Amino acid sequence: MPKSKSAYSEPGKLGKSEHHIIVVWVDNEAGVLARVVGLFSGRGYNIESLAVAEVDKKKHISRITIVTSGTPSVIEQIKLQLKKLIPVHKVADFKRNDPNILFKELALFKVVSSKKNREKAQKVCKKYNSFVLDKSKNSFVIQVTALRREIDKLIETLGPLGLVSTSRTGAVAMTRGAEIFK
Amino acid sequence: MGKLISGAEIVFKVLEHHNVEHIFGYPGGAVLPIYDELKNHKTIKHILARHEQGAGHAAEGYARSSGKPGVLLVTSGPGATNAVTALTDAYMDSVPLVCISGQVPTHLIGTDAFQECDTTGITRPCTKHNWLVKDVNDLAKIMDLAFEVATTGRPGPVLVDIPKDIQFKKTNFVLKNSNKKKLNGKSKPNGKISSSDLDKVINLMKKSSKPIFYTGGGVINSGPEASKSLRELVSTTGFPITSTLQGLGAYPGDDPLFLGMLGMHGTYEANNSMYSCDLMINIGARFDDRITGKVDEFSPKSKKIHVDIDPSSIGKNIKVDLAVVSDVGSFLKALNKRIKEKHKDFLNSNKQNISKWWKDIDKWRQKKSLSFINSKEVIKPQYAVQRLYELSKNQDTYITTEVGQHQMWAAQHYKFNKPNRWMTSGGLGTMGYGLPAAVGVQIAHPDKLVIDIAGEASVLMTMQEMSTAVQYKLPIKIFILNNQYMGMVRQWQELLHEKNYSESYTAALPDFVKLAEAYGCVGIQATKPDELDEKINEMINTKEPVIFDCRVDPAENCFPMIPSGKPHNQMLLGPEDEKEEVSDEGKTLV
Repeated sequence: MPKSKSAYSEPGKLGKSEHHIIVVWVDNEAGVLARVVGLFSGRGYNIESLAVAEVDKKKHISRITIVTSGTPSVIEQIKLQLKKLIPVHKVADFKRNDPNILFKELALFKVVSSKKNREKAQKVCKKYNSFVLDKSKNSFVIQVTALRREIDKLIETLGPLGLVSTSRTGAVAMTRGAEIFK
Repeated sequence: MGKLISGAEIVFKVLEHHNVEHIFGYPGGAVLPIYDELKNHKTIKHILARHEQGAGHAAEGYARSSGKPGVLLVTSGPGATNAVTALTDAYMDSVPLVCISGQVPTHLIGTDAFQECDTTGITRPCTKHNWLVKDVNDLAKIMDLAFEVATTGRPGPVLVDIPKDIQFKKTNFVLKNSNKKKLNGKSKPNGKISSSDLDKVINLMKKSSKPIFYTGGGVINSGPEASKSLRELVSTTGFPITSTLQGLGAYPGDDPLFLGMLGMHGTYEANNSMYSCDLMINIGARFDDRITGKVDEFSPKSKKIHVDIDPSSIGKNIKVDLAVVSDVGSFLKALNKRIKEKHKDFLNSNKQNISKWWKDIDKWRQKKSLSFINSKEVIKPQYAVQRLYELSKNQDTYITTEVGQHQMWAAQHYKFNKPNRWMTSGGLGTMGYGLPAAVGVQIAHPDKLVIDIAGEASVLMTMQEMSTAVQYKLPIKIFILNNQYMGMVRQWQELLHEKNYSESYTAALPDFVKLAEAYGCVGIQATKPDELDEKINEMINTKEPVIFDCRVDPAENCFPMIPSGKPHNQMLLGPEDEKEEVSDEGKTLV
C-alpha cells in the first residue's frame, strides 16, 4: 500500500496519552457549564468525570474538576482553550500521579443480598472511610470516599455481593500543604 | 433618580456610545421594539438585507474593510439561525461582529413558542461569547461588554440575545467602565513585549541564512500601523516574505521581496521557501492545514518563531521554537525599534548572509508558477482577473470574493498594496460570502470601487442581496467568472475521482444579464478575450451596481497546487503534472 498522503494533515506520530485533572474556576452564570463541556465535545477531547459546584457564594465562583486524558499537546490546548472562555478565571492542571495533589471521589453503593454477603461487602468498604447511610432488612446504602481506580475496583468486588445501584461524584482535587493554586 | 428608558433605547445608547454608524439587519416579531426605536437615533443607519446571512456577511465586509466592529440585528428563531453561517465565518476569520438577536418574551422561553429557538445554545460554539439578557438592568453592561469582547484580543463575533419583554422594560441607564475586571484579564494579552524575547528573535534572524516571513490575517486585524511596521521590518532585513490568504495586502503584492501567497494554491517560490528555510517567522498566522499541507514534512529544517495574540493558536498545529503572545502591531513596532537601537550591526551583516538564499528563490521564481496558457478564443479566468487588476489598479479598489477556483485566481493574480482591501472567506470557506460582503464594504466606503470576484455557483447562494445594493444605491460590481461548474469541486473530481463530475455542473443557470435588469441594475456579458478590456472598463465606469457575466473556459484548473498529501516541495505546476497518481488513502483524506 502506498504511504498515505493527504492535503489535510494526517494523524502523524501521536504522543503518549496521559491522565490529567483539570480544575477550572468560573463565574457561576447561566450556561457556563455548557461552555466548558461544549468546548470538550466540540474539539474532541475526553471527559472521564466531572464535578462542579459553587465554592464562593459571594463572588459566585464555581469550581469545575474534570478528569481527562490526552497527549501533552492536547492537554496544553485544553488549558489554553479553557482560558479563552470569558467566564473562566483560572485553570489548573495536575497529572493524576502527582504526589502533591489529593484526589478524592465519593460513591454511594446500594447492596441487596444475604446477611453474610452484606457483611462481606461492608468489610470490603471499610478502609475507604465508609459510612452506612441507610439499612433495611435485606439491604444497605454505604458511602465511601476513595480514588477513582479504588472505586472502580470496589464496584467489581461488590458486584457478586449484591451491588444493585452505584452513584459516584467524579473526582475532586486539591493541592497538599499550605499553598493554593493562583 | 434619572429618566427611565426602555431596553430598546438602551441598545441604541450603547451603540451610540461605541460610535456605531451602520447596522445590518432584518426585522421580525421579537425585535420590533428595537426597530421601533430606530427612528429616534439619526446617527445610526440601518441597512435592510434580504436574508440574515446576507446581513451577517455585509457586517463582516464592513468590519474587515473599516477596522470597526460590524453590527448585526436579527429576530428570534429563523432570524438567529440564518445568522449562524455568518457568525461562524467571522469566528474562523477573526472578524469583530456584534449580533443582537430578539428572543421570545422571558416567560415563554422554553415553551417552544412561535419563532423560539435556543439562540445562545446554537451560537455558543460559533461566538467568542454570548449572553441571554434576563434582566433589563444588566442590558447596558452586557451590550458594552459585547463590544469589548468582540474587538479585543483575537477579534471575533459575539451575540446578545434580548427577549422582547426586556426590550420594553424600563430602567435607569448607567454605563460604568468596570469591564476590564469583568473580562477576567482576557482583554489585554500582556501588553509589554520583553526585550529578551526581542533579542532572541533578532539573534535567530542574525544566525539565519535562509529566513522567511510568513504573515497572516493578524497583521490586518492589528490595524494599518501593523502593516507599516511590517514593511519597515521587511525592508530593513531584506528577508523574503510570503502571506496567507487572509494576510494579503499587509505587504505590497507587487514588491520584489514578496513571494506571493503560500499554501495549497500558493506560488512555487513561496512554498519551496517555506519548505527549505532555516528560520520561519510567523507573524499573525495560525498554521492552518491549507498552509501546512502534510504536517510531518512541514518545513523540516527550520527554527520557527510564532507571534500571535491568541495563545491557543501557538503550538496547536505546529510546534514552534519561540512563541511570543502579543498584538502583532506592537510586536513589530518594538522589534523595529530594538533593531535600530541595539542591533545596528545586523543591518549590514545580514544581507550578505542571505544572498545565496535569494538566488535559490530566484531559481524557483523562474518556474513562473502562476503562468497559464492563454487563448484567443475563450476567456481564461486567470486572464480575466489579470485584466481586472490592470484596469482597476489605478484606483483604491476593494475586492471581495466568493469561495472556489475564482477565489484562488483572485488571490494569485490580483495584487494588493494596502491592508483591508481584500475580503474573503478563508477559514470557513463560505460560498455566498462575497456579494453581501461587497454590500458592507461599499457602505463603509461609499466612493470607492468595490468588486466581488465571484463564481456563478457561489454568487447564486446570496444573489438576493443585489436587491439591497439597489435599494441603497451601492454601485458594487459583481464580476462572475462563469464556468458553469462548481469549479473547485470539478477540479478535485477530475484529480481524485476519475472525472466523475457528480453534481458539480449547474444545468439551469439564469441569464445573468436579465437577472441584473430584473434587480434594477446593469448586466454586462463578455464571451471573447478581445472584448474583455472594453467591457471591464464599461463596468468600472458604470455608477450603478453591475452584474458582469464573464464567460470563461469551463475546463480550466487552478494551479499551482499542492496535491493530496504532498509536502510543500512537491507542487503540481500545470496540466502536464496532473497525471501523477494520488494514493487511495490520500483521496479519502482530502
